[in-house]
This record gives sequence, structure tokens and C-alpha cells, in this order.
Amino acid sequence: MTAALIGLPLFGAATLLLGGRRTNAWGHFFAVAMSASSFFVGIFLFIQMLGRSGEEREAGQHFFDWISVGTFHVPFGLHIDQLSMVFVLLITGVGTLIHIYSIGYMEHDPNRRRFFAYLNLFVAAMLLLVLADNYLLLYVGWEGVGLASYLLISFYQHKPSAAAAGKKAFIVNRVGDVGLSIAVMLMFVTFGTVTFEGVAAGAPEAAPSHVTWIGLALLLAACGKSAQFPLQSWLLDAMEGPTPVSALIHAATMVTAGVYLITRAHAIFDLSSTARTAVVTIGAITLLLGAFIGTAKDDIKKGLAGSTMSQIGYMILAAGLGPAGYVFAIFHLLTHGLFKAGLFLGAGSVMHGMNDDVNMRHYGALRTAMKITYATFGLGYLAIIGVPPFSGFWSKDEIIHAAFGQNIYIGLATLLGAGVTAFYMTRMMAMTFFGEARWEKGVHPHESPATMTAPMLILALGSAFGGLLLMFVGDIEGWLEPIVGIGHSDHAVSNTILIPVTLLVVLVGAGYGWMTYGRRPVPVVAPEHVSLLTRAARADAYGDALNEAVFMRPGQYLTRALVWFDSKAIDGTIGGLSAAIGGLSARGRKLQNGYARSYALTMLGGAVLIAFVLLLVRL
Amino acid sequence: MLTILMLIPLLGSIAVFALPAARETLAKQIALGISIVTACGAVFLTTRLSGLGGGFAVTEKHEWIPAFGISWSLGIDGIAGVLIVMATLLVPLVIIAGWNDVEKIGRGTVKGFFSLILILEVFMIGVFAATDLFLFYVFFEAMLVPVYFLIGRFGGPQRAYAAMKFLLYSLVGGLFMLASLIGLYVVSARQLGQGTFDFFALANMSIDPATQKILFLGFFFAFAIKAPMVPFHTWLPDAAAESTPGTSTLLVGVLDKVGTFGMIRILLPIFPEASKYYTPIIIILAVISIFYGALLAIGQTDMMRLIAFSSVSHFGFIVMGIFAMTSQSMSGATFYMVNHGFSTGALFLVVGFLVSRRGSKKIEDFGGVSKVAPVLAGVFLISGLSSLALPGLSSFVSEFLVLLGTFSVYKDVAIIATFGIVLAAFYILWMYQRTMTGVPSTEVTETVTEITKRELAAIVPILAVIIGLGIFPQVALKVINPTVNQIQTHVGLFDPVASTTPSESGS
Repeated sequence: MTAALIGLPLFGAATLLLGGRRTNAWGHFFAVAMSASSFFVGIFLFIQMLGRSGEEREAGQHFFDWISVGTFHVPFGLHIDQLSMVFVLLITGVGTLIHIYSIGYMEHDPNRRRFFAYLNLFVAAMLLLVLADNYLLLYVGWEGVGLASYLLISFYQHKPSAAAAGKKAFIVNRVGDVGLSIAVMLMFVTFGTVTFEGVAAGAPEAAPSHVTWIGLALLLAACGKSAQFPLQSWLLDAMEGPTPVSALIHAATMVTAGVYLITRAHAIFDLSSTARTAVVTIGAITLLLGAFIGTAKDDIKKGLAGSTMSQIGYMILAAGLGPAGYVFAIFHLLTHGLFKAGLFLGAGSVMHGMNDDVNMRHYGALRTAMKITYATFGLGYLAIIGVPPFSGFWSKDEIIHAAFGQNIYIGLATLLGAGVTAFYMTRMMAMTFFGEARWEKGVHPHESPATMTAPMLILALGSAFGGLLLMFVGDIEGWLEPIVGIGHSDHAVSNTILIPVTLLVVLVGAGYGWMTYGRRPVPVVAPEHVSLLTRAARADAYGDALNEAVFMRPGQYLTRALVWFDSKAIDGTIGGLSAAIGGLSARGRKLQNGYARSYALTMLGGAVLIAFVLLLVRL
Repeated sequence: MLTILMLIPLLGSIAVFALPAARETLAKQIALGISIVTACGAVFLTTRLSGLGGGFAVTEKHEWIPAFGISWSLGIDGIAGVLIVMATLLVPLVIIAGWNDVEKIGRGTVKGFFSLILILEVFMIGVFAATDLFLFYVFFEAMLVPVYFLIGRFGGPQRAYAAMKFLLYSLVGGLFMLASLIGLYVVSARQLGQGTFDFFALANMSIDPATQKILFLGFFFAFAIKAPMVPFHTWLPDAAAESTPGTSTLLVGVLDKVGTFGMIRILLPIFPEASKYYTPIIIILAVISIFYGALLAIGQTDMMRLIAFSSVSHFGFIVMGIFAMTSQSMSGATFYMVNHGFSTGALFLVVGFLVSRRGSKKIEDFGGVSKVAPVLAGVFLISGLSSLALPGLSSFVSEFLVLLGTFSVYKDVAIIATFGIVLAAFYILWMYQRTMTGVPSTEVTETVTEITKRELAAIVPILAVIIGLGIFPQVALKVINPTVNQIQTHVGLFDPVASTTPSESGS
């Protein structure tokens, strides 16, 4: 059954890609069916799992020996437990909704079949990522989702910016993959195995330095996939992809794989406070950096992308808190998956109505023209800024609470992040749905078709009640506890103080946003004379400029210099040398077939001479 | 048995050559048929290796020049077996891919081209199967002849220069090897009373380390040129760029493997002390090759040269794996040789399809191909992904094994080398971006048509192998591992043990 989860969407992708044009007419329905079937299999397995008690919920299946050399054995095996299960439901559930949404969104695209094939491929790869029972097989899913992401970001291939963005995403992710490679190699050297089980069992006896290095290497991997500082720059460019892709891959699922990886490797992080500190630091930096970038973006998708970075920063930070935080990292991951997917689909719906314009300065007053979109986006908004009782409130509050339990500065960072989040989301809300209409000529906003609004409505419900359900009905803490454990800090700040303070900060952020963008007219052209901070935020905090200066440009010079060196220095030297040795320098330029024999003869003489000398001297 | 396997393409080659020049289609059909039979035979012979524990199968030995202890002796172990299978599987695909190449070039005869390819196949089998070093040397040099003519006669505008350069480099290396070979013979005469070129006898001899160190160099030089390692690589881009795609495939995919094959199958067993002595410098050269090749690949403007330089980088990985001398690194390196043959072959062939349409190898002359020929672009992408070792494809398994095995003995080296995977992603995806994406120019729209059925027939089997071996690498590793273990034991090295006792892990 577990294999069917992956097999169904993989079969869908293969059918659509190999079937070619014949599948054009029904391919998208087929893809939806495969994704939905996988979801139903997931539900079935979930119900089965519910029927068993906590300890017996883990199940593994070994198919065959994938790689076996010397003492290095890697099984091709799947493993499903409570942690994988929540991911399975998120991936297939949100995935299926987005498949359905795409039927409407991609209706007029000539390459629709290819799009759905890639979506199916993504779902399959992501499921492999969360169901693998060892780190190397996880790696296959890990780069598999990277491939799907690459294909989908550069889906509009005629656009050079899209092609470049896809390539950039893959390459930056590869830097992270170096970390994953090194982590797996270190695991083998340290534990003699790379299975989750074996690593977890061996970790307590391993040398602490090894454990720390494994943790740091895993963190590098997580930084790549989850767009954490300093490997964050690709995510903003990734918005070149079609919006459903941004919702599924670059918000709800793939980018959270880093959080999964760290949580899955909790046995490592539990033992290394150095690695945990690094994780928390990276998370804190990214959550502020992403929020900061979000404050100045006029492109609605890039604003949401900055927000995604920031929210994943929260999750990474929580995961770095150890047992006190793993559960809440996953909790926030789930609620974020619901509300952020909803927000992105809402953005897509707006773009659909605005002739694919992404500039919020051309929006305004859309709340009357697109009522459903307004309502669903609004619920997502309330969820992300953390207004009770909407879903983001529950998960984010827990993270802030846990962060304060760890360290006052980390706590303050999460609190500040909450305020900035409220600010940029209010700004987005105000610029898009309120104020006066600043529509371009010939734009007639209209509500999207039902295939699009239905998934938005479902996700909006999730944004509204998902947190409540997971917290009180689903008992997410009790559900995950057997896998990642649970811990509480001794010097925690009481929630009775923290919740009102947090809400106050959120209110200040939202109020400031409303005063600036809701109450005052929004200029159609972005003002040029702005503060240095705004400029920095617009330029993605100079992440790309830095990459350009440190890697790209020196790399270009190095490459060019080497090409010259290779043809002139190496080739030239050896060419000259051989000509000289052959005593044929005069004729050397006229290399013709006829000379082959004489060259050969000369050199045969040389070789015999060498052999002779060798024998004489040594032997 | 192996002699018969070699006789099949040899007779085929003669038959094709004996045909009247006008019977072009028949010549192609015979060549294709013969090569398929040979491939089946090779697969069959390799299955005989199972259960042998790494030893040699289908051995045969006939006196040839008894006065010098030279014999016609053949046999395959796991390493030779998988390489022969790889080589013989590629030949029919190269024939299909190059079906119309000769007519396009307008020089030489069809029967000449295909009979050269078959004769090359004879020597390719021979060089991997020879268990007499003199015989190995003979095949090593004999291979040059058909390749020389394949480049020189059927190549591009610079073919004469490229063919000559290829020949000179190879000859120089070969002659150094000959010198060492004679030295080895003399040593064997001293030690055993009678000189021999027999691989088994030589491997069981213990040569004093000082002598080993000298004799080692002659062989290594020849193999490093063949492999090709920086700085002896400059012949390769010229040769690969001027050949027909099929020739490039066999040249880079198979012939170059003789270099790395020689390292693991001749240097390590016969000169174990010298191999260990030179390990540091060779590993450094290998790492330099990895990065140098990759950076040069990034800087290329010609697709064929780009692939050639990417191979320099890949050979760096292979050599690194061989000289790290752990079971994972050596099995990985051997498996890498196989996978590299297929993935580079796929790239050369697909680029060949593009070149035959557009009439240019320049990257800048393409762009937007995915718009006009999406399947061709897709095939190109999969081939590229195989070259950058995407997990799930066979090349990932081998590359990771090489890195893992190296890591267990030289952590710092492996960590540095791992960054090579970033550069690989860069040169492949950048080439893809520049050739396949964007808006097609009118030249591209007019000339580049979708992939044909014949071209699919050549490329699909390769892609199937790449994907199949990615999921079931044990098919090949089961054959390779026992032989690698024997070599490792022979050299006297063992894998390091994990620092923490391995617990009962969940397989």
C-alpha cells in the first residue's frame, strides 16, 4: 500500500510524458485522478494507523537491496510512521487540490499535459522523500523534487528569465546537496549504516564531533531546499513558475523538506547543542530576512515568497530548539501548508482576473470584483498573521513560546517577526483588495471559475480551522511524541503574558500597515526616493548582488582564463615539445596522414632507447 | 569462447568490406546484425561469472610466441566483463545512430565506415579480455588504427589535425608502456627463470618496490593519456569534436576506459607497492582533473568539446575512486566507467542529432529547440541529468560510491571533490538553457525537426539502461564487487571500519 502512494502519481507522470499528444485530451484529468487516488490511499493508511496504538504505528517495507558494496548496504525500503503520515496527507491533500485548481488555471496553456505530468512527478518524488527509510533513498526524493521544481519553474521556457530561474534553483540546491552528500558519507563512516534506524541507534555512542558535523552538513542541505540564509536567493526567482507551482512546491511542500530532514534526524540534533544553535541562528536570521524582504515587494508573488522564507525560518528555528520545538515546527509546517497554499492560489486567482499582472500597484479595490478570492485570501491573511482562533495563531504562538523558553533574544526575534509579518500582509491585503482601483487599461477583473475557487475555499476552511483541529481534535503533540519526543523548557515565559504581548505586536504591525497603505492612496509607480532599508528590501537584501560579486563574476574570469591557459599553455607546450622531440618542428605544421608512419617510427626508436636505458641502469 | 566472440565482428567486418560499394543498405544491415549478435554473446559470457567469487571466467590460453613467453590468453573477470558488455551494447546503438552519417559527410564509403567500427569492436573486446600483457599491448595499439581512420576520414574540417594529434598522444603513451613492459619481462625472467607476459604470473610475483616505482610510471603515463587526465588531455576535445558522434561515443565511452581499466586491473595488482606510493600525487591529479575539466566545460562554446571536457572531469572521479582503494570507491569507479559510457554516449549521440539538423556544433546557433522539438529536448535533458548524476539514475550510484569510498580514507579530498557536483549541474543546465530554451530563431525553426524513429531506436535503449541501473545497480555491482575485493586483498588493503559499532539496522 505504501508503495502505491508513490506508484500512482509516478505512473501518472510516466503515462503523460510517454503517451505524448494522444493523452492531451484527458491527461490532466488522469493526473488529477492519480493524485487523488494517492490521497485516498493515504487516508486509508491513516485510518489503519489510527487503529493501532502509539508504538505499533510505525511500519516498514523492504523491497530489495538497492546498493550493496563491502559493508555499505542501502536497502530500497519505505517506512511510514506518524511523522511521514502527516506529510503524506499534506502532500497528497494539498497536491490534489492544486491539481484541480490547475485544470482551470492552465486551461489555455498549450503545454498543459506536460505541466500535469511534472506535477505528478513532483508528488511522487516528494512522497519518496518522506517515505524513504534511509538517508540515501531520501536523497533520491530530495533531488527528485528539485528536478520537478526545476522543470516547473522554467515551465514558460520561451521566457529567458524563467529558464534562468529554474537553473538557478537547481544549482543553489546542489550546493545544499553537497551538504546532504557529506552528511550521508559521515553517517556511513561513523555508524556503518545510513538507515534512519541505524543512525538513531548509533548516535548516542558516536564521537560528539562527528555528530555535530553531521548536523551541520544536514543543516546546509536544509538551507538549500528550504531557502534559508545563505542559500535563500533562488526562491524569489522561483516565482517565475506558474502560480499553482508556487503554491504547491514553493510554499506548502517542497520548501519545507528541510524542516522534515532536521526533524527526521532528531537523534543527531538532540545530541549536539552546537548544531542546534546553528539551526536556531539560521532560522532566526531567515525569518527576519524574509519578512524584511516581504515589506517592500510590489510583486504579489514575490511578497508571498519572502513570507514563505520567513515562515520556514520559524519552522527551522523551532526544529533547532530540540524536543521542545520539533512538534511545533511540524505543526506550523502543516498550518502554513494550508494557509500559504490558499494565499498563493488566491494570488493566482487575482492574476487570472488581472491579465497575469503581478504588480500590486495595479490592483486595488478587488474585494467587490472578486468576492470569493477576497474572502479566502482574507482568511489566509488572518491565519498567517496569527489572529486567534485562526490556524496560524496556534502554531506560531507555540513557536514563540518555545523560543522564549530557550533564549530571550531568540524569543524577541520571533516576536519581531510576527509584527513585521502583520505589517507586510496588511500591506498586501490593502494594496490588493482595498483602496481605489488602479487597474491598467483593458483589465476587467472577474472571479475565477469553480475549479479554481473550490480548492481555494477548502484551503480557506483549513486556514480557519486547521489549527484548532490539529491542536485539540488531532492532538498533534500526542501524535508526534512517539517519534520526536517532547520537552518543555524550565524557564518558560507564561502564555498568559506572552499571548497578549504577541497580539499587541501583531496589532501594531497590522495597524501601521493599514495606516500606510490602507488609509493613504497607493502610487501606481513605486516611489523612487525611498530609504536605504526599502531599497535593500527591494533588492532582496542584496543576496543576488553578493552571489554575483563573490561567485559568478570571479567564476567567469577563472573559466575564461582557464580556457586560454588550456589552449595556449598546456596544449601549446606539449605540442611544441612533441614537435621538438620528433625533430620535425619544421614540418610540424603540415600534419598530414603520410607523416604518421615516420612519427611512429621515430617514437618506437625512442621507446626502445628508454627501455634499454631502464634495463641498463636499474635491472 | 572469447576468441569466438571476437571472431564474430571480425568476420562481419570482412564481410561488410567485401561487399560491392553500391550495396550500402546491406552493409549497414550486416553490421547491425553482427553487432547485436556480439552484444548478446558478451552478455551471455558475462553471466558465466556468477558464483566465481571474483576470479576469471571463460579463460583460454594458446601458445603464440613461446620464445618470449607470449601467449594468446583471454579471460574476463567482473571488471572486464561489465566493460565488454557496455562496449558491445553501445556498438549497435552507434551503428543505428550513425546510419546516414557517411552519406551526409560525402567522403569515404559506407562499407568502409561500418567495417572500421566492427574491427574496432574486435580490438575493444580484445583489450579488455587479454590476460597476457603483450597481447594487451597489441590490442591497445591496434585500436588506434581504426579510430585514426574513423576520425581522419569521416571527421569534420579539422579532422586531419585531430586524428594526428590523437595518434601521436596515444603512441607516445603506448611506447612508454612498451618500455615498462620490456622491463617487466626482464624482471620476470630474473625472478621466475623464464620471462613471461602472463598477467597471473606477473601479479603473483613480488617485485622489489624500487623497481615497481619505475615500471609503474611507464604504464601510468600511457593510461593517464588514455584516460585522459590533466595535463595530458588536450587531444580529447579535438578528437571528440572532429569525429562523427558515433566515433566520439566509442572513443570517449569505451576507448578511454582502457586507461582507467589498466589502472585498476594492471597497475594495482602488478605494482601494489608503487600504486600505494604514488597514491597521493595521483589523487591530487584526479581532483585537479575533476575541477579543471568542469571549469573548462563551462567555458566551451562548442557542444562536443563541452562534453569532452565534462568527461575529463568524470575521469577524475574514476581515477580518484581507483586510487582511494576502498571497496566502495573501486566498485564505484568501475561502475562509473560503465555508466559514463552510456551517459556520455547518450549526450554525444543527441548532440549529433542536433548537429546533423542545424549543421553547427556551436551552442550559440541553437536556442528554443524545446519549442520545435520537445521530445528531442527531453531526451537531451535526461542525458544531461545522467551526466550530472541525478539521484535515481545510474551515474548517481557510481559517483556517490566513489565519493563515499574516498571519504572513508581521505575526508578532505572527498569533501572538496563533492563540490564538483555543483559545477556539473552548472555546465549541463547552462548548455540546456542556451540550446533548448528561449524563443527559437528562424534558422532553428527551419532546420531543427523532431527526433526520428531511427534516432529514438538508438537513444531509448541507452536511457533505459541509465534508469534501470539507477534503480537496480546491483545487477552490475554484483558482478563487479567480487573482483574488486580480490584486487583489494591482493594489494593488501582493507576498508576502514565505522567508528561506532554498527547496530542492527533496519534492512
